Amino acid sequence: MTGFVKRLFSESTLIPVVSILIGLILGAVIMLAGHYNPFLAYGSLFAKAFGDMYNFGETIRQITPYIFTGLAVAFAFRTGLFNIGAEGQFIMGAVAAACVGVLLDAPWFLHVPLALAASALAGGLWGSIVGYLKAARGVHEVITTIMLNWIALHAANYIVRTALLEKGMARSKYIRESAWLSSPGLSELFDHARIHYGILIALALSVLFYYVLWKTRQGYELRAVGFNPDASEYAGINVKSTFVKAMFISGLFAGVGGACEVMGVFHYQTINAAFPGYGLMGIAVALIGRNTAVGVVLGAVLIGVLTYGASGMKFGAGVPEELIHVVIALVIFFVAAGGMVELLIRRFRKKNRTVH
Amino acid sequence: MAVLQVASDLIQTTIVFATALVFAMLGGLISERSGVVNIALEGMMMVGAFTAAIVTYFLETNAGLGGSAPWIGFVCAIAAGAVFALPHAAASVTFRADQVVSGVALNLLAAGATIYLCKMLLNGAAQTPTLKNVFSKWAVPALSDIPYLGPALFVAYPTSYIAFLLVAVMAFVLYKTPAGLRLRAVGEHPKAADSVAINVYRVRYAAVMISGALAAMGGATIALTTTSNFSHNTISGQGFIALAALIFGKWRPVAGMFAALFFGIASALKSVFQVYGITNYIPVDFIYMFPYILTVLVLAGFVGRAVAPGAVGKPYRKGER
Repeated sequence: MTGFVKRLFSESTLIPVVSILIGLILGAVIMLAGHYNPFLAYGSLFAKAFGDMYNFGETIRQITPYIFTGLAVAFAFRTGLFNIGAEGQFIMGAVAAACVGVLLDAPWFLHVPLALAASALAGGLWGSIVGYLKAARGVHEVITTIMLNWIALHAANYIVRTALLEKGMARSKYIRESAWLSSPGLSELFDHARIHYGILIALALSVLFYYVLWKTRQGYELRAVGFNPDASEYAGINVKSTFVKAMFISGLFAGVGGACEVMGVFHYQTINAAFPGYGLMGIAVALIGRNTAVGVVLGAVLIGVLTYGASGMKFGAGVPEELIHVVIALVIFFVAAGGMVELLIRRFRKKNRTVH
Repeated sequence: MAVLQVASDLIQTTIVFATALVFAMLGGLISERSGVVNIALEGMMMVGAFTAAIVTYFLETNAGLGGSAPWIGFVCAIAAGAVFALPHAAASVTFRADQVVSGVALNLLAAGATIYLCKMLLNGAAQTPTLKNVFSKWAVPALSDIPYLGPALFVAYPTSYIAFLLVAVMAFVLYKTPAGLRLRAVGEHPKAADSVAINVYRVRYAAVMISGALAAMGGATIALTTTSNFSHNTISGQGFIALAALIFGKWRPVAGMFAALFFGIASALKSVFQVYGITNYIPVDFIYMFPYILTVLVLAGFVGRAVAPGAVGKPYRKGER
């Protein structure tokens, strides 16, 4: 127990927490500068997110995809890879699920697993391109993932346009009901919110994330490569194949996340002019969660609450919703520039010590 | 002669599309050549486009300015871009943060802050009204009278002339002046640069801020020439195409300019294809994908080989072995 408490106040946990606080405080300052009332704004944000059963259910729906993309980014980070490509892997997973959902007909106990497997494979393969190019060609993963995101966006649009299009609409046909992840029971419980079984899959994958990384030989190797690829190579780990494996699993998490949005929430895939932004937020989630399973879930809760509650802020206090993106950007920035925050924490601690 | 007319139109459209890419590509170049990764070009362009549009709008509606309004907007955009880049410099240089994460944060910040400010300043409107005063095309005397070639090359927006002039300036400064040598040294081997009394930190700060200014010029160009306003999709990924052009041009100014022109053709072809109905044969999605696929191929060494500056992405710690 004391170990846990100690870890809670160690600098590695403190940095994200302090960054979140700085982000929220700076957000409040920005609101004050615009003659808005920050207390009212944050108040109505939380009221929107937790106010009634319906909105609570919708908040959980919003949190769900962030867990998936957060896990994707965090898993790659553990192997020393920066996966900015969760966005693209998410989209490939979504379109794969839409293909299986629209084009195939099967009883639900086959259809749902098939759609999920297709999305896992699509996301995983999209990710492993990055791992392969890094391993075989030495291409830095950041640039490839950025480029592959855009390729995925347009490739998915092409697939929807040519194979799945609902006539006269900018989206695919509805997937068959046998491939739905929607849960009438859960939905009923939350006053018809679009909460779906995806949240259970997300939590199950979080457990898998922990299990693979800390309880298997494979995971040990992945983390070893993350700490020091040269030493791992020397110790006999095949670093190159580790890159491919790590990116496959990372992409798999994001791909299943995309499938859950299609199968649980919308039941179709839209033609996107721009990124939905789940992969981008996944980076924030992984950073806030310090690349641990529990941290990712908590980070996803935070980002989900903030982004879903943002619309409440607009109605409650007149603050444009985009302020929340500013706040999240500041949080990412301060977690990244941990040095800045460390300086602040040290100064604060020193001050406390001199007082005593 | 119809073919010549199409070609002439195509070149003109290409130059319009490529101008913004050239600015942002140069911005990426100066930052990455100094050793600081800049994936925030997109966000910096957004800041530039927003500043240019909003300043021009208020000058023409409230101050009653005419043709000079977009020029003042353009200059303000340059300043805003440099200021916006400052946190990236501080994080990357002083606090040795992960430059990619900092870039991600800046992109998100720009996307949020520009629309937030837009709504705040314009009573909730998520985009500026259409600007009455924007840049108009300049014709170079005599040269623009050459049939077909004249209108293609010598009738262009002032920003296009500035952009291509800046390519020459950048190439000259980078390869022919001591300042350029210092910049490249800092980006390739900061320790060696430091050992001959070059202030690595100062060079990187300057490079990142100039980077922001250049990228913002690219964004301002789009707002003041092609779209005539600012909205959330004014930039829509052109910062990343500029990044692709930078890599495709192998971090060199002139090659990068040709890469930007090449990707500009891709965009111009899209509109020409739509006019002539060719999109029935080549799906428009593939034209969109093209720059990105090419970049992956060139990075993988399937089409030439692109090698990044030696110290790019690595924070420098003075006195460390």
